[in-house]
Amino acid sequence: MPDKSKIFFLLVIFLVIVTSPFIYNMVRTPAGVVVKLNTPVIDNMTVKQCILPKEQMIHDHMKILNSWRDDVVRGNHREFGKIDGVMYEKSLQLTCLHCHSNKSEFCDRCHTYASVSVYCWDCHVAQKENKL
Amino acid sequence: MSVDRRQFLKAAGATGLLGLLGSPLFKIFAPGELEASPELKEGMAKSAKRWAMVVDMKAFPTEESYNKCIEACNNIHNIPHIENEKHEIKWIWAEKYENAFPDSYNGYVSESIEKMKFLVLCNNCENPPCVRVCPTKATFKREDGIVVMDYHRCIGCRFCMAACPYGARSFNWRDPRPFIKNLNPSYPTRTKGVVEKCNFCADRLYRGELPACVEASNGALIFGDLKDENSNVRKTLRSKFTITRKPELGTFPGVYYIIGGS
Repeated sequence: MPDKSKIFFLLVIFLVIVTSPFIYNMVRTPAGVVVKLNTPVIDNMTVKQCILPKEQMIHDHMKILNSWRDDVVRGNHREFGKIDGVMYEKSLQLTCLHCHSNKSEFCDRCHTYASVSVYCWDCHVAQKENKL
Repeated sequence: MSVDRRQFLKAAGATGLLGLLGSPLFKIFAPGELEASPELKEGMAKSAKRWAMVVDMKAFPTEESYNKCIEACNNIHNIPHIENEKHEIKWIWAEKYENAFPDSYNGYVSESIEKMKFLVLCNNCENPPCVRVCPTKATFKREDGIVVMDYHRCIGCRFCMAACPYGARSFNWRDPRPFIKNLNPSYPTRTKGVVEKCNFCADRLYRGELPACVEASNGALIFGDLKDENSNVRKTLRSKFTITRKPELGTFPGVYYIIGGS
């Protein structure tokens, strides 16, 4: 086979091209996503805390919102509980968005980055931004 | 170590079985996941055994007087104003006598009634046909008698609209948002493809407020607990002659009408 070396060479090139997306993703450092937490309400808080620990919110907010939805709509249980004497309601629009009034910089950035499409905003209204 | 065929098959079988049964079994017995959701606190709610309303037609002398109620509802609940009648969304609206009470219309009504427009809304029936036909349980009757919609579950099949004898339900044929003039940012809108209707302001009741239309009615709409003998609804029903819409259907509406007399 006189073309053995030529075939081998082209085969290597072919493999490199085919696997290039995977290699690229292994080598590059992901750009990451920066979620903006500064809103007027949060900036005015002396102790900056959410109703649940940050880690739990990052990982479970979707499950929490789903269980809130069922509690409120189907069970009419609307109270989340008191924190420092303040009663919080189980409400995306009234509770979450009260502090996180920057939906496009808070919710959307991460969802866009993770390519997650949520249908919350088909009905629920981002209070301050009012982007319909 | 050498493994013979028999040992190999045994080991493979055991591993396979563990793989199939192991993780689901662990999941079933793990705490949390399948248990009922954690204990929920009692609401501060205005609660009742069965919410009901009385519409006092004498207290609605002019178009303006009942339009105030309709507007209050429309503004609070982000009801779109769509010109096309086929697409319109209604929670509470006004109908002529013959349309509100077609079963008792005999063709010759008194002049005063001929002029009247009757406020109609979801009757929040005791025996709601819409709930029976909903294939996803998106609409259901709560313990306090209010028939509510879970828009998250609605698939837009419109069986409930066919079942409702009062036409109290509207379907969102199109995205309602462009048709909402003044958005109330503390209430959601609906989306294309779901059915909606009046919910007796379930969220306002929870906060201890009266329904929006009742608040705007200046006493013409009376709201209270039908099962409480001392409620103002029961007091009104005791002292005045009232009718309901299409009583022969056995839905037992929760909205009563005082039409005339004293």
